[in-house]
Amino acid sequence: METRDWIRDGLRAVADGALAIALSISSLVVLGLFLLALVTTPVLGLGALLLPQVTKLVRLRAGAGRRIAGRWGVPVATPYRPRPPAGGFPGWRPFRWVISDPATWRDLAWLLPGAIVGLVLGLGSLAIPLYGLQGILLIPLWIWLGTGWYGYGVTWPITSVSEGFLSLPQGALILAIGLAAAPYLRRADALFAQLLLGPTRNAELRLRVTQLTVTRADTVDAQAAELRRIERDLHDGAQARLVSLGMTIGLAEEMVDRDPAAARQLLAEAREASSTALVELRHLVRGIHPPVLAERGLDGAVRALALNLRIPTSVDSDLSGRLDTPVESAAYFAIAEALSNATVHSGATFAYVSIKRTDDRLLMEVGDDGHGGADPSRGTGLRGIERRLAAFDGTMTLTSPPDGPTIVTMELPCALSSPRTMLSSGTD
Amino acid sequence: MRVVIAEDHALLRDGLTRLLEAFDFEVVATVDNGPMLLPTLLERKPDVAVVDVRLPPTFTDEGLQAAIAARTEVPGMPILVLSQHVEPLYARELLGDRVGGVGYLLKDRVSNVAQFVDAVHQVAGGGTVMDPEVVARLLDRSRPLDVLTVREREVLGEMAAGRSNAAIAGRLFVTEKAVSKHINNIFTKLGLPPSDDDNRRVLAVLAYLNA
Repeated sequence: METRDWIRDGLRAVADGALAIALSISSLVVLGLFLLALVTTPVLGLGALLLPQVTKLVRLRAGAGRRIAGRWGVPVATPYRPRPPAGGFPGWRPFRWVISDPATWRDLAWLLPGAIVGLVLGLGSLAIPLYGLQGILLIPLWIWLGTGWYGYGVTWPITSVSEGFLSLPQGALILAIGLAAAPYLRRADALFAQLLLGPTRNAELRLRVTQLTVTRADTVDAQAAELRRIERDLHDGAQARLVSLGMTIGLAEEMVDRDPAAARQLLAEAREASSTALVELRHLVRGIHPPVLAERGLDGAVRALALNLRIPTSVDSDLSGRLDTPVESAAYFAIAEALSNATVHSGATFAYVSIKRTDDRLLMEVGDDGHGGADPSRGTGLRGIERRLAAFDGTMTLTSPPDGPTIVTMELPCALSSPRTMLSSGTD
Repeated sequence: MRVVIAEDHALLRDGLTRLLEAFDFEVVATVDNGPMLLPTLLERKPDVAVVDVRLPPTFTDEGLQAAIAARTEVPGMPILVLSQHVEPLYARELLGDRVGGVGYLLKDRVSNVAQFVDAVHQVAGGGTVMDPEVVARLLDRSRPLDVLTVREREVLGEMAAGRSNAAIAGRLFVTEKAVSKHINNIFTKLGLPPSDDDNRRVLAVLAYLNA
């Protein structure tokens, strides 16, 4: 690590140490308020109204602890249960929501020990560099000169002026140690916070269930809509055409002896109708699962897609072997949607696709040189991509500044080690 | 003329056989799966083969792969590839060896019997026949081939579909002389060196696909 980075990290840690001291004191205040609310609960239900408000404070304080822990490389997820819908007897639901969430009590349990640890570590990370600074500024020498009795580090007490000057190298060393140690003290504080502020295994699973419920509902909805669309297309398209085809051929059969010329005309019409039905079916099939995807996998299908686009599109892919069919399909349609946005809306003259696979993730990037300003909340296309990917725990991020370029980055878990299998094996 | 047919659907296989035999082709072998196709093609050395892209056992693109492999072994072996869908990507792969005698058509085209038989003859004679849909999709893009005039692009599209100068002249309502002038312009603009005319036609189409 560069010396500058090292000093910067140290100073940041010292500053956060000072912040931790202030926050620790606020923890004690918040704890006091909470206990007050709890104690007054039996009294006319006063606490019942107070408690949710105080809990907000507790959660604010715990949230700050989580964010600071995250700054020092210890990510702490938020463990709270989702807020219940409003309604019912006023005050009762929020009260129950707060009281029955174990995370509330874990927050509370953290407040006091967290404050103590925060104070001790915060003071430590402040005191050591300050002591070093005292030595560097030769303050011990001045005090000794004034009072005749003082010392610093190993030269305690100071007996001569030259010994007094020794506080300078000692101070420098102590300051260096203080700055080097401060980030570790912060990390220790963060790890302690994680112990109580992070979700328990139980809460983690509950959060996961909530998320799965939402994505499953989305997926089921999208699939039902898709099936309805296919049914309608078949009913109004190919099916109707086949019926009319049968009729035309039947009519031709009737007329073949009486009026061969008319019969031939009808047969030509029938052939025409069969071609149209086939075209419709082909479009429908491409929308369900493009044949080229089945034949060539993601890599080949995206290359084929790029050849069909109105603007030149480069494809850079290091995929070898096939992905699972559902993942392959989700990835393909996500890329296709992103590319169609690029060609239709952005006014781009060039687009690119990059597909990379790490051990267990599929990373896709679609970019163009268009005018940017794409807004996921405006179109249904980008939202659709998000939904498609979410069904597989995938994510999408979009950067599209007003002057471009637009870049859509998508990520999909694509190996056996996906969270789905990890979780199901963790519950037994 | 000796034909090998590769098609896994029994109905279509029989239909194709009946259709081609009605037009004086001799169907020397029919194949209903991928692994059998390449050995059959190499052993029978037909005058032309009609091959479905998707065949058992994997139902992906083994027909196409076998066609490309057979043409690597026997350069220029005339093969007409049929498929339920067409992809410019596949067309490019088929034309990649830069020797004619290749066709790539939607299966639907079989229903226009006269045109289909004509296409089989053209492929057997070393020509190149691309499905109008491939051509249409290429025309739909605004890509480098902008150096060509609108008329020249039309002519190139007709060439890709395997039409002769006379046929192109008839369809575009111009004289054959004008057509051959357009074609020479296309060759010059695409930087195709003077060579055997048939081969240059394939190269021009390939340049189109690669753009």
